Amino acid sequence: MSEQSFIAGGHRHGGHFAERLVHGLQQALEHSLDAEAISKQRGLLQGLDPRIKLLALLSLMISGILASQLVTLLLLFGLAVLLALLSQVSLRRLYRQAWLSVLLFSGVIAVPALFLVPGDIPFRLPLLHWGISLQGLRSAAFLLGRAETSASYALLLMLTTPWMHVLKAMRSLGVPVLLVALLGMTHRYIFVLLQTASQMFEARRSRMLAPPSGRLARQVVAASSGVLLSKAFLLSSEVHLAMVSRGYRGDIYLLHSFRTRRRDWCALLPALCVPLLILWKHA
Amino acid sequence: MHIPDGYLSPATCALAYAVALPFWLLAYRHAKRLLHTRMVPLFAVFSAFSFVIMMFNLPLPGGTSGHAVGMGIISIVLGPWASIVAISVALLIQALFFGDGGITSFGANSLNMAIVGSLVAWASYQLLAAGAALQSRRRVLAAAVAGYLAINAAALLAAIEFGLQPLLFHDAAGTPLYAPYPLSVAVPAMMLGHLSFAGLAELLITGGLVAYLQRAHPELLSLQASRISVPSAAVRTTRKLWYGLAALMILSPLGLLAAGTAWGEWGVEDFANADSRQQMALASGQIAPPAAAPEGLARLASLWSAPFPDYAPAFVHSANFGYVLSALFGAGLILLALLLLSRLGGKQGQPE
Repeated sequence: MSEQSFIAGGHRHGGHFAERLVHGLQQALEHSLDAEAISKQRGLLQGLDPRIKLLALLSLMISGILASQLVTLLLLFGLAVLLALLSQVSLRRLYRQAWLSVLLFSGVIAVPALFLVPGDIPFRLPLLHWGISLQGLRSAAFLLGRAETSASYALLLMLTTPWMHVLKAMRSLGVPVLLVALLGMTHRYIFVLLQTASQMFEARRSRMLAPPSGRLARQVVAASSGVLLSKAFLLSSEVHLAMVSRGYRGDIYLLHSFRTRRRDWCALLPALCVPLLILWKHA
Repeated sequence: MHIPDGYLSPATCALAYAVALPFWLLAYRHAKRLLHTRMVPLFAVFSAFSFVIMMFNLPLPGGTSGHAVGMGIISIVLGPWASIVAISVALLIQALFFGDGGITSFGANSLNMAIVGSLVAWASYQLLAAGAALQSRRRVLAAAVAGYLAINAAALLAAIEFGLQPLLFHDAAGTPLYAPYPLSVAVPAMMLGHLSFAGLAELLITGGLVAYLQRAHPELLSLQASRISVPSAAVRTTRKLWYGLAALMILSPLGLLAAGTAWGEWGVEDFANADSRQQMALASGQIAPPAAAPEGLARLASLWSAPFPDYAPAFVHSANFGYVLSALFGAGLILLALLLLSRLGGKQGQPE
């Protein structure tokens, strides 16, 4: 994941590929534990019914994609900041996990648009004399604004809702039960396999006297992937047997006991109105 | 490769979801039919594997590094349908939990990497490794090329999606509202990185993995051929048999050209007919048949009268057509009997 991500710092970590992987695992675990801890705090978003929260935040995210005015995007971004402050999510965390990551990824993509998008050229770069177009500036702002706003809402959802509640909320909203079960199990086994992989690399590294050459490093990664693949297959067989022995016959049942209160509807209504308002303004 | 939110218009996202949906349903049905209760744990673990593989930064020649997506190896080991589901689930977790790739653009990411990537990887591997032994070097090369082609096909599709945005979605002043670069910029920019570094990473990891599996776990390489896709292989084999059966049915009137009589297949009336008696003697090495039909044969012959005696139903005037009709009727009865038997046998085999 060398791309825009809530744990993007992992791949900017220097050092040996094994160190980077261990660091990536640590960051994924940290992100997961932080999300658990923040979701238990008292705050505006934490107090909402997860189904309502999921719908409302998705609605705001879609609003950001629908917006065709930079002012609308700015207002939506401001709302994300406000929601974060009211939900005990520090702006430092938002900056570190969402804004900086988006800026580094989308910023690099957006900058050439300043020069490449044709249009009115109000000024030029001093030495290179490259013309910066007004349309290019606006399109770069749109790209960054949308990406930052969407990432903020996505991160807020993850930080204020335990993962199992997100899954249950998805199920309540009509997402097929099979997909929900798959997401739940995959999330669990990501950490199992990440831990297995990092232990394999640690074991290998502890037996190496010098940094491996590029060719050897590639061989190690390919062989480790192969071992992980066979372990994954074995693990899936064991999990299958465990499930069948506990009565699994292909049908999945999930329990959910969410309660919707008046404040949930009060939060959902304005959130749903935003994209409708944008669409109405377009029409 | 993972398209974040905000790069694609809502219409493009909706279209990508609409295109991906039938593939997801088809993949789900295939997987459910083949794997039954194994499906959920297998896909969950392989989705997690795909996620972890994406975290393996492979050192590449030239001092840089890149990561694979895993669509090549999962397609080779489990087949394209399983790969579509496993990689889609991995992408959804990445989008939801880790913010890698957008939630609104999840359909497009799945279409590019999980669907197109998996299908391209599987098709190119099947084509290049056709007939090769499990341990052959050709399989390693085929896997490497399949991985390389798959990630580049996915990247090309992503580039086209990017490149269409400024053409279709801009304001009155010409400002692109989403991804700002036209096809002439988006395609070279995306493909440069993928034809070189990202493609090389997928090439090395897929080829390297297959080479490793050949040495350490060859049974995983034969899995897709021998177990997961048994029904599809069976369909191909059966198809050839169907063609053969149809040809035999059409050729069945050739039996009319045969001279003489089939030894032992005589009726009671043949013993009274002079021509038939002569043929019976010829077929029996010039030994004359008994003067009358044996008593047992005469008694039992009346027990059952065939609906199509001598492959010539009474209502059919053409002997050739009678043969073909008899072949159709007979083959149909046999198939019906086998179908009933397999149904009975299949029920005993539950649960899978």
